Amino acid sequence: MALDGKTSEYKQIGSTPDRPDGLDKVTGRARYGADIHVPGMLHGAVVRSPHAHAKIIKIDATKALALKGVKAVVTRADFPEGLEGEDWNLQENCMAGEKALYDGHAVAAVAATSALIARDAAKLVDVTYEVLPHVTDVDAAMQDGAPIIREGAADYSVPEGMHPNVVRYFDTGRGDLDKGFADADLVVERSYTTEAAHQGYIEPHACMGQMGADGRGEMWVCTQGHWFIRRMSTAVLGIETTNIRVTPSEIGGGFGGKTTITFEPLSLALSRAAGGKPVKMVMSRAEVLRSTGPTASASMDIKMGMTKDGKITAAHGTFRMQGGAFPGAPVDVTTMLAFANYNIEHVHHIGYDVLTNRPKQAAYRAPGAPMAAFAVESTIDEMCRELGLDPINTRLKNAARDGTRSTFGPKFGPIGLVESLEAARDHPNMQAPLGPNQGRGIASGYWMNWGGETSASVAMSEDGTVTVSVGTPDIGGSRASMALMAAEAFGIKYEDVRVNISDTGALGVNEPTHGSRATYASGLATIKAAEECIGKMCQRAADKWGIDVDAVTWEDGAAKPSGPNAGDHDPLTIGEICAEMGETGGPISGHYEGSPTGFSGSFGTHVVDVEVDPETGHTTVLRYLVVQDAGKAIHPAYVEGQFQGGAAQGIGWALNEEYIYGEDGRLQNPIFLDYRIPVASDLPMIDTVIVEVPNPGHPYGVRGVGETGITPPLPALANAIRSATGLRLTGLPMTPPKILAALKAHGDNG
Amino acid sequence: MVEVNLWSSLRRFADGQDKVDVPGKTVGELLDNLVAAYPGLAPVIKAGVSISVDGEILPAVKSAPVKPDSEVFLLQRMKGG
Repeated sequence: MALDGKTSEYKQIGSTPDRPDGLDKVTGRARYGADIHVPGMLHGAVVRSPHAHAKIIKIDATKALALKGVKAVVTRADFPEGLEGEDWNLQENCMAGEKALYDGHAVAAVAATSALIARDAAKLVDVTYEVLPHVTDVDAAMQDGAPIIREGAADYSVPEGMHPNVVRYFDTGRGDLDKGFADADLVVERSYTTEAAHQGYIEPHACMGQMGADGRGEMWVCTQGHWFIRRMSTAVLGIETTNIRVTPSEIGGGFGGKTTITFEPLSLALSRAAGGKPVKMVMSRAEVLRSTGPTASASMDIKMGMTKDGKITAAHGTFRMQGGAFPGAPVDVTTMLAFANYNIEHVHHIGYDVLTNRPKQAAYRAPGAPMAAFAVESTIDEMCRELGLDPINTRLKNAARDGTRSTFGPKFGPIGLVESLEAARDHPNMQAPLGPNQGRGIASGYWMNWGGETSASVAMSEDGTVTVSVGTPDIGGSRASMALMAAEAFGIKYEDVRVNISDTGALGVNEPTHGSRATYASGLATIKAAEECIGKMCQRAADKWGIDVDAVTWEDGAAKPSGPNAGDHDPLTIGEICAEMGETGGPISGHYEGSPTGFSGSFGTHVVDVEVDPETGHTTVLRYLVVQDAGKAIHPAYVEGQFQGGAAQGIGWALNEEYIYGEDGRLQNPIFLDYRIPVASDLPMIDTVIVEVPNPGHPYGVRGVGETGITPPLPALANAIRSATGLRLTGLPMTPPKILAALKAHGDNG
Repeated sequence: MVEVNLWSSLRRFADGQDKVDVPGKTVGELLDNLVAAYPGLAPVIKAGVSISVDGEILPAVKSAPVKPDSEVFLLQRMKGG
């Protein structure tokens, strides 16, 4: 479908109208997860383990059940047995079985007539534990003698002889590393670490579940993907998927963390135990941080070779990641993308997915890519410094481009890394003068994007306005993007399109809003469904005029006779055709379903200027520039918002955010006062440049843009701090105490 | 026959080869024939993989056509946030 839509002279694409859900969201009318209230509703609360690793000896709910207002208590005994693979992992994570595997792991849940009673009752559930040794550090978890989280959890990929906590192993690459390193004038080896960072969405997880004695029910839930919630929840409970209808609420951020289940099935289990009454559950912030997935933490070794004129000759990376007490750390993706920015003939990656006593990790914006970018882009910066090379020109020299064989195998098609580097090089921020204790850092990043299962419908109304139904929740303004693409396809006004996020009963399966896919995949589906409607409207016009449909064209929202019939009839507008559709054949609608595969990836380059206070170690971000390829920006303001959001989260990950565990294995900072995400006063206005190298796999050239932006900030900040202080920090986050200690060790803070 | 490129750690399931030739006109046929020829790859395929055909990464589109001269890579299963 190579760019079979319009490629120039767009009337709607590229404009920046207000989002259609904006008024609802600024007036409080939009309904988020916790806004649901239904008659007879109960409230749920979860009993969570205070231990990092403990055998559950006994659960006694007698006192809780005796409390007035308590209607049900559920434990693992209320869930089916015999699940395997990821279904078992999900069930075990939602409700512990024989052992509590991390601080915050659910061991029981309570439903009561008020949230207060439910919380009081949860405290009355008496759980007897036998505390076991624990481990929360990825390197420690791989050592001989480390506590074993779960015997037999390793899959086919793990060679014999590794610690049982290593549950997946990856080994990818090509070429001759010895030759590649022999060809280098400089070989640099460094080790790096990153800490787990949470997605930090403002809206805590919330849901309402109802399930009656007939095994049928419904859920209202804050999620990025309600079909995923349905499939996972029903698998955990052992019921058929279509027995549960799931409606998504509005969503206050997800960033990957709301693509899975954590406590949602508990609302259904409690409802079933309470005679079918609906049960609402809302997490506290502490529950979010203790029990929902942050991303993995990482320990990495990088070795790279470079000639004195800047050509990368070889690269090797070893990546160890822990994703909590279950398999799933995104090291598989890391071992594909770590060096993907560059054209490298000799390249190799080793990856270990390691269990620890931490919460089950969840996807977080470009999962697995930012950690590797931190290690690889920091190493390249070191090499450029040692060889006296310009960091942008060196990246340009090695940059992947159309036709380059990627480090993970296939050749790239049209991509925009070179264009992003050139735009960064030419940006005024590169010329801004730097003062004492100030430094500039540059880094590039990549995310490969995703298509995924997609189903969408478009329905014509009697007045010629249009309703678009998609299955991807609107997190970052996708309603506006869908409306713009539909309006462009139909040749009508943006305001004449309404976009609904449908529930699981209204469309076929849709994957979540993840993988930077919503604007790409649901947008493509919307365009295709609109084109089906246009075809049907052309047919109605042809029938009315008594000509062949092939002699009808669609232009500016109207059917027009063409060819030999041109001018024989007045155009029939969309409104005129739809006003008569009841008498000309009935309703007109279009539909698309498929798994579009032409998603292509997005590259970006970031430039940051910082000032490091030598007395406190505090880093101030002075300027920040994001340059990224969007293919074609449908709504440029929301594309810029994605760029800025990714950068802000990356800055937080680089400078402040971390999961801090005590010696007892308990999370020490489970609130936003202590887990410090960036706030507005921490950041400058983040400058953006949208590069547009059209993606041939989308009618309008769209590439997903949501995830790439979090990849470069980690190394860009490290490179800037290196420039400002002369110190190479190899462990994130680069907090003021850490920088101050490094300055003192180096004797640079007076 | 179509040449399928495997990632390094799969070599031990494919007689030490990092490229194997298997028949197939679609992605689904290729995967079925891969497992038939190299049963050790069965858990890999079952766990989920992506396939790249001539530079286009296909998630699980088993009906996607493959030509004898197509460049095919078996890749880790993709996911995103």
